[in-house]
Amino acid sequence: MSQLPSHITGSGKKRPAHADRTPVYALVGNPNCGKSTLFNALTGLKQKVGNYPGVTVEKKIGETYSQHGKPIKIIDLPGAYSLAARSPDEAVTRDVLLGRRSDTPQPDRILCIVDATNLERNLYLVHQILDLGRPVILVVNMMDLAESSGLQLRVDRLEQALGIPVIACEAVNGKGLVELKLAMSRSDLPLARHSWDIPVAVAPAVAELQASLTDNDGRSPLVARAEALLLLTDFDTVRVAGSTPLSARTTDILATWQKHWEGEGTDWAGTLVGSRYAAITKLCVDIVQQTGATGPTTSDKIDAIVVHPLWGWVVFGGVMTLFFLSIFTFAQGPMEWIGDQTASLANWLKATMPEGDLRSLLTDGIIGGVGTIITFLPQILILYFFIGLLENTGYMARAAFIMDRLMSRVGLNGKSFIPLLSSYACAIPGIMATRTIEDPKDRLVTILVAPLMSCSARLPVYLLMIAALLPGTTMPVLTKVGIMLLMYALGTAGAFGFAWLFKRTLLKGRPPMMIMELPPYRLPGIKDVALHMFERAGLFLRKAGTVILGISIVLWFLTTYPKHPDATAAATEQIAYSFAGRAGHAIEPVIKPLGFDWRIGIGLITSFAAREVFVSSMGVIFGAESANDDTTTLRVALQKATWPGGAPVFTTLVCFTLMVYYVFAMQCMSTVAVVKRETNGWKWPLFQIGYMTGTAWLVCFVIYQTGRALGY
Amino acid sequence: MSASLKLSALALGVTARVKDFPKTGTTFVRLREMGLLPGTPITFIRAAPLGDPLEFKLRGYHLTLRREEAEQITIEA
Ligand SMILES: Nc1nc2c(ncn2[C@@H]2O[C@H](COP(=O)(O)OP(=O)(O)OP(=O)(O)O)[C@@H](O)[C@H]2O)c(=O)[nH]1
Ligand SMILES: [Mg+2]
Repeated sequence: MSQLPSHITGSGKKRPAHADRTPVYALVGNPNCGKSTLFNALTGLKQKVGNYPGVTVEKKIGETYSQHGKPIKIIDLPGAYSLAARSPDEAVTRDVLLGRRSDTPQPDRILCIVDATNLERNLYLVHQILDLGRPVILVVNMMDLAESSGLQLRVDRLEQALGIPVIACEAVNGKGLVELKLAMSRSDLPLARHSWDIPVAVAPAVAELQASLTDNDGRSPLVARAEALLLLTDFDTVRVAGSTPLSARTTDILATWQKHWEGEGTDWAGTLVGSRYAAITKLCVDIVQQTGATGPTTSDKIDAIVVHPLWGWVVFGGVMTLFFLSIFTFAQGPMEWIGDQTASLANWLKATMPEGDLRSLLTDGIIGGVGTIITFLPQILILYFFIGLLENTGYMARAAFIMDRLMSRVGLNGKSFIPLLSSYACAIPGIMATRTIEDPKDRLVTILVAPLMSCSARLPVYLLMIAALLPGTTMPVLTKVGIMLLMYALGTAGAFGFAWLFKRTLLKGRPPMMIMELPPYRLPGIKDVALHMFERAGLFLRKAGTVILGISIVLWFLTTYPKHPDATAAATEQIAYSFAGRAGHAIEPVIKPLGFDWRIGIGLITSFAAREVFVSSMGVIFGAESANDDTTTLRVALQKATWPGGAPVFTTLVCFTLMVYYVFAMQCMSTVAVVKRETNGWKWPLFQIGYMTGTAWLVCFVIYQTGRALGY
Repeated sequence: MSASLKLSALALGVTARVKDFPKTGTTFVRLREMGLLPGTPITFIRAAPLGDPLEFKLRGYHLTLRREEAEQITIEA
């Protein structure tokens, strides 16, 4: 049995445990060429896909099966223009390929993806990868776009010229996947015909560096040669060496050669890049043919409006207004429906269960907390739908293009605007997205200000406060939209202002360049947008079912115990007497100048975990207070709350101040954790908590005190 | 022979060939790696609404550059 060839024993039957190890493929290519789309098609996973460069910023391992049912590992990687990495995301790709990441298996084989519409530039990275001497399969993606723009690609000729499998593909439609799977299943893959002449001017240096990298840095000869070539096109050798610094000998050799070339006037990097492109141009001569004249594409026509000096702003403003309007209109129905369902559940419990602590835990603790939060699900869905549209059409890169001028005023560039825009959804993906920023200081500044952009977790807080803002009256929708826009504008202005301040003081540096690719517009795949939207909705619900549920239960406990000695005491007195009440009272002196009472104080403390917890906490606290009256909604309960003297707590001014507090304050443990990881330490996250919450306090103090002085 | 001028001075929609640009500096090496080499045809597509950056087309894709960088690149018709 064990003598049978492996393709027979492997098919259908269980593979013997000692079978050769699972092959690992790395997916490599320029940014935005469709790597994650292909990865998802092969593995069935849901890596985020978007139409702008720099969507994927971390490796992701998935699995697929070969033609014979054997598992194959695939690693999706961030896009890179060159192996000489310029930014942290490109460094991830380089390090995985060169086997420098201890948490990732070194890929045995490489799946290079190129965009058929600009083959030459895409082949530059492929050319560098072929230096590594590992089996490569070349996937020519976006064949549909090449065809519609009148490009004819002779894939068969490319295959002949390179001597490796070359597969034409349309990852979005799943075309070419079968052929790709077949190629990936081959047990023997040929090495590419890859003979190019390293330019004479630099050849001796490459040889010397290669020898030193083999002898002093422990690289294998092929990797050493590839790395020697990379060293010549990079001006930051520390970064090229990645985690392990280069040996002194290698650095010396490089420095000596660079000095020599500078003296001679040799353009070593340019010569090297130039000779790669010369080889690529030669390769492409018979392969790419432009047929027919090319007029302006659809993408050009759309851009003529979207990036127009006047219409551009109209489109931008229109999209924003539409977004906020739909939050207050479309979302209203489903929101009330969810609210009614939770209310009737609470009423049913109250009717069927005997009065007591358990009933109180269920109705006030769980439904009061979690139930309040999930009524905001419709708004969260709308937010993610809009962001998904921005990300998948190609507008994201245009926004960066339009905003670059303003960003340069604060010392950043338009690329920093993409992470900031993502932060409207959630600061965590926003902070991850800063990995595409080349300059470490600019990246840090962007990380520091990203949480000032109003994220989806603030939405429930804003909505609750807007609802409670004007007692008794129903506000026109446009006023609500206006207040909401004001909050978003305030956060954005804050982000810009602090970026300006940090770039001028703590993290001085030259304004960065703005080299960015603008992808063509694409009709967003409804699947991509919907998948992402429901995935985020799922996360939101999971958070409601875990963190918020947990905090609500703990908070219910802390507001219920210890019991007031007088069992008939009013709910307010009970809460005041409880652990939570005491904590609230303890911080009241600090927040009283902002117009906040101790009950708001409890919410401020609990919402350090996450901002939406403020809303669930108000639900627990004020739900309990109004326990005898089932019909009160949280909004009415809030409006009834008074100070000891009888003055209302949630006046218009206080609601407004509270919203502003949440615009600025750093109230999110997950963000703190991500900032700590991305900046390698506690220094910056602590600084961020300090400056943001400090600003929140100061701004609220000014607003509240001014408002009071003006008689509000 | 055609006179050389700056890339930033290229008229809207006009295509020219890159002639020369600074040899060192990470930005310019990266531009080379992205296919902007002496002799590459490049078309000026548009400026951003606020005047900067500029959008160019080369080798089948669109690239943005600030005016400041484009001023350091010379072209010939
Ligand atoms: N027309 C067309 N569009 C495609 C094709 N493959 C992918 N796309 C689209 O190209 C865009 C980029 O796809 P991604 O899979 O996110 O690209 P990526 O290479 O992972 O990008 P980064 O992670 O940013 O490096 C998305 O809008 C896809 O829908 C294709 O074959 N044809
Ligand atoms: Mg990707």
